[in-house]
Formats: sequence, structure tokens, C-alpha cells
Amino acid sequence: MTELLPFLKELISTSGLSGYESPVRDLIEAAWRPLADEVSTSRMGSLHALKVGRGAEPRPSLMLAAHMDAIGLIVTGVVGEFLRVTEIGGLDPRVLPGQVVTIHGRENLPGVIVQPPAHLLPPDNRSGPATLQNLLVDTGLSAGETKRLVRVGDLISFAQPPVEMAGELLAGHSLDNRASVAAITHCLEELKNRPILWDVWATATTQEEETFAGAYTSAFQLRPTLAIAIDVTFGSSPGTPSHESFALGSGPTLALGPNMHPGLHKAFVALADRLEIPYSVDILPRHSGTDAYALQVVAEGIPTMVVSIPLRYMHTAVEMVAMKDITRAGRLLAEFAASLDEKFMEKLSWDD
Amino acid sequence: MSSQTSPQEKQAPRVGAAQLKLLERLTNACAVSGDEGEVRQIVLDEIRPHVDEVKVDHLGNVLASKAGSTQDRLRVMLAAHMDEIGFMLTQNEDKEGGIFRFGVVGGVSPSHLAGQPVLIGKGHVPGVIGAKPVHLTTNDELRTPLSVDSLRIDVGPGNSSKVKVGDRATFATRFSRTGASLRAKALDDRLGVATLIELVKNAPANIDLLAAFTVQEEVGLRGAKVAAYALEPDVAIALDSTPANDLPTWDGSENTRYNTRLGEGPAIYVADAATLSDPRLIRFLVETALAAGIPYQIRQPGGGGTDAGAMHKQRAGIPTVSISVPGRYLHTPLSITRLSDWKNTVALVYTALSQLTSDLFKVDR
Repeated sequence: MTELLPFLKELISTSGLSGYESPVRDLIEAAWRPLADEVSTSRMGSLHALKVGRGAEPRPSLMLAAHMDAIGLIVTGVVGEFLRVTEIGGLDPRVLPGQVVTIHGRENLPGVIVQPPAHLLPPDNRSGPATLQNLLVDTGLSAGETKRLVRVGDLISFAQPPVEMAGELLAGHSLDNRASVAAITHCLEELKNRPILWDVWATATTQEEETFAGAYTSAFQLRPTLAIAIDVTFGSSPGTPSHESFALGSGPTLALGPNMHPGLHKAFVALADRLEIPYSVDILPRHSGTDAYALQVVAEGIPTMVVSIPLRYMHTAVEMVAMKDITRAGRLLAEFAASLDEKFMEKLSWDD
Repeated sequence: MSSQTSPQEKQAPRVGAAQLKLLERLTNACAVSGDEGEVRQIVLDEIRPHVDEVKVDHLGNVLASKAGSTQDRLRVMLAAHMDEIGFMLTQNEDKEGGIFRFGVVGGVSPSHLAGQPVLIGKGHVPGVIGAKPVHLTTNDELRTPLSVDSLRIDVGPGNSSKVKVGDRATFATRFSRTGASLRAKALDDRLGVATLIELVKNAPANIDLLAAFTVQEEVGLRGAKVAAYALEPDVAIALDSTPANDLPTWDGSENTRYNTRLGEGPAIYVADAATLSDPRLIRFLVETALAAGIPYQIRQPGGGGTDAGAMHKQRAGIPTVSISVPGRYLHTPLSITRLSDWKNTVALVYTALSQLTSDLFKVDR
């Protein structure tokens, strides 16, 4: 049995920036291998774990997709013992000064993101927040050591240690979207001794924060009958509009919008109601900002759904989640997988 | 103790593993101005066996003395401030959500708050300072600094009762080392506190050492003011940490306003916004450093201030100077200093003290 909180702390303490997910993939693979019948890695680096169903062949399949890549920085220049950087994924430069990081050079090195004093910045950036191009990473080493150990193109991960808080809360970087990886892990645990008819593909996808390359290619390779993206959504916190954010601990959200098949949404709502799992409906009127955006349009198209976990302070180093939202999401996914039968696709329709 | 060749080396305090461990404990402790208890306790425990007298005064300063043994000893006050910048919780804005408004104590850099974990109150309850997700932030907002007023401390839903309005909070940064550097919060001024503890433990015999571990430096040099009155010294030296702004310029031109540079030794003050150092002491420190082969640098005259600002004007006037260990990013969650600069600061101050006599003040200022 994977203890979820320690596993999630390990997940967010392991690097895996978009396009370079292998360190975290190894960790996920070790957790999923005992829970699956087959495990493999795709050409794009996504992890595919198959749980074989008992239904007659050709068996339909359900794909669960949680992206495992994290946002971070990449070195664009080396100036003495300082590094110039740009982003991988979307970052607000105002949350970066003072952040501790790991520089993945010839060896892993501790660094800190710093904002130079105004008089050292270009005249047009002396008032207001320093732009990302004007922030530096201080290696704490000598210029010589820095030159020897760090090169342009090296990756930089956030390194703030996880913060555990009372009430089964966890704060830290990269909970977007390692929290969802934990949810799928919980789902696989729940499915361990349960008979399921459909095949279930648990996948940890790559590059969601940049191009969705993992979701596009894994869905093409696996060609699932249905696909569910598991991701994080905005947790209620200061400054977030109440109509698009959800209280931590209030359960997963079930998305509704153009990226989601309305029949699947209805099926999830009905299931959550029946199981008395608390949930909210997350209205995503445009791009869902999740793997579902890609999954939906692979090959001839795939009915797609999004289940999300509320998370405060998205894309900062102090993202916060409630563990019970993760386990509830995992349980709901497991129950959904177990509920799939031969007739599910016949019933899934666009008719009201 | 190994045998040494010169008398000065024989007694110069070493900065080794034990001293680094002490600095680690000091920087990890939380002691926001006005609430210095945690650091005060460490200081008292460390110095008590080594001093003649020690007391905690009405403001919370730790005042200790250790008499020398030679004739005609100068009374030398050494001041290092125990307090650090930080926060106070001011309102529980969202009880259920665990959200608190806060005020800043001292010159906190507001651009270094969002995205930081903090420790709150005597129990070090964990909290975080979040920020609105970038996905919901407009381009105009991205160009506007995050003000303290717009930020909140979050202890998590359901946890509001674990802290209370009035609690102090600090950054949660833990001490670490990399290469020749030390990284921690509150190096300003736990470097000074650690230095002064070593000097108390190894006080030269030619002076009466009056140690003041002061409070409330970051909110107006308030502890040092009453400490200097009470101790009534002949000479005062502030031991502090000063910014090293030795970063590259955006266009690669020479950085001419660096204040101090890491790795170039202790910074001797000539002038800051609060003090014009006693020129006799500046000259004496420089000559001592040159004679002993200890690297030093003159801090670029300019703004800022140390406990010297309060001490030199106390009573009828006290010859005063400041010596600082240079540190990058002071008043942010993580500052960086070079171990060599700390070692050389301890060496310079000790060497100067052990050679200090009243002759220095026989010429007028």
C-alpha cells in the first residue's frame, strides 16, 4: 500500500521539468509497477501502466492521464557566478526572487533566484517588478566553479522543501500536477482487488506545461475508448474570483465545457451523487488548460473528461492541496473505472 | 588547542565546525524585532559560563561584561543585534480558510515575499505567502509590484486557531552551505551575534569587554541606545552584516555601486546614514589589518546604518566604528555570505581588540 502523503512529498521533491521527466517517471513507475499488469514508456517519455480488464475482446479501454512534468527555469547565460534564465512553463516573475532552486549542471547544485538592485537593471526596468530576463540565479560558488559546472541549456528546478500543515494539507512546488499522479496512484490501489471489465491505462504524461506532446502521442498510441485528464484547478484563495475557484477540502471538481463530453460529465456527476463523494462543477468555457485539450482531438476524436483537484497559489513554490481531495478524486476514478460495462458506450450520447 | 607561534594567533578564536553549528542554530531561530527571546536564550546559554556579569535589561538586551587583567584597560563595548526583520499577524481575514493579513517589521523587501513559506509564533506553525495564479493575472498586474497589502499569510483551512493575531512570523529558510558560501535567513545579524559570542568566550586580557546583544536594531537602533548608556564604554564597535551588491550590471559595464564585495574581507565603515565613524578607529583597524595580513575592505560610504548610529551619540559621545561581514540579499528569505569573510572578521576584530590601548585616543578626533 502506497502511503499517499509521503509518496506525494517524494514526488514533488523529485525533478521532472517538461521534456525532462525521467527522474520523476522512475519514481512513479516504481509505485505503479506492482499495481499494473504491464508498464512501458512511450517515445515522448510518458509512462503507460495497463490494468487488464476481464471483458471480452476487443475490450474497450479507459485512459487516465495526469501530466507529471513540472514548470521551472532553463539557463540562457553564465555571468561569473550568476546565471541568466528563462522559463519552462508559465511563470509570474514576481514570485521568483528569493526562491531556492536546484541547478542541474554537471552535478546538482543549490542556487537562489535573485533580483539585482534597481541601479544594476536596465533603465526601463528600474521601477516595478524585475522581468524574468533581468533576474539572476546565484550559485554561491566561485566564477570558476560555476563555469566548470553550469552551461547554457542546463535546467533549473524549484527546491523549496514541502511544507506539511495540520489537517492533511501539503504545500510546495510542482503539486501541479504531481497531486494528480498521487490521485491516479490511489485509484490503482482502490482497483487492486476489484473486477473490472474494461482495460485501464494509467498514464503519467509529459510536456503538458509546454505543448501537450505527451497527451497527444500517448492517446494516439493507446487509442483509448474514453480519456480522463486529471489535473489541478484553482483553489479558493485571496484574489481568485469565487466563480472559478473551489475551497480546499470540498472534493474534486467535475469539469463542464467544450473539452469535455457532456455525457461523460453527466456520468461522473451521477456517480459522485450516488457514492456521496462531495464535488463541485468546474465550468471551463474555453481551453481547459489540461491534457483534455489534446486528448479530445487525437485520431478520430475521443470522448474526454476532466477531474480536478483544488489547489491554492498555482504555479508558485507554495501551491497547497488537501490530501482528502486527492483520495476522493482517486476513489471516484476507481469507481468510474469499475462501473464501465459493455453497454457504457451505447449509452454515451449527445442526446439530452 | 594546538600550540601556536605568535601570541595573537594563540588566542584568536577559530571559526570551525562548532562555530558553524552555532551560526546554524542562530539563523534558524526566529527573533523578529520586539520578540528576540529565542536568540536571547541561545546567547545566554552560550556566554553565561564565560562572563563576570550578565543581565537582561528593560528592553530585552543581553548585557554582559568580562574584565581584563592588565593595567589601564579601556572599556570596550561590542554590539551585535539579535533581532531580524519579519512579520506580525494583524487580522484573521478568513477564519475558515486560514488566511491572515500581516504587517512587516523592519525593512522587509516586499518583492521577496510571494511564494515563500514562513514560521509563525513560538510554536513555529508553518504558513505560506501565496500569490494569485499567473493564469488569472492580467498583463497590467504583472507589471505592478505585489504590495504587502495585497499579500496574505495562509496557515491552511481549519488551522486559524493554531496561531493568533500578534504572533510574529519569519521566513522558514534553513541554514545550508555550498562551496565557500553560507546560505541562511537572518545572517543580518546572527553573523554579528555569533562573532560576539566567540569574542566573549575568548576575551583579550587588555580590555574590559562589554558585550551588548541588542534588540530592535531593525526598527530604529533602540536596544543599542539604552545599552550604550548603561554600559558607559570608552569605545564602541558595532558588529553587523552589510549588503554586498556585487552583482553584474545588465549591460556588462562595471558595477561601481557595489557597497561591499563578497570574499574581500570584513567591511570597515567610514560613513553611513546614521554614523560618521571615529577616524582614529578606522585608521587603527586598517593598520591592524595590514600589519596582520588580514584582508579588509572599506564599505562604500552611503546609506544604511548600524547600532553605531545610536551608540556614538550616547552620553557625552563615544568613539565608535562598525565592522560588518558582507552579505548578499540581506532582508530577503535567503542571504549568502562567504565563510572566509566571517573568519577574517573574527580575526580582525580580535586582533584589533588585543592591541587596543588608550593611547589611540590621546590625539583629538
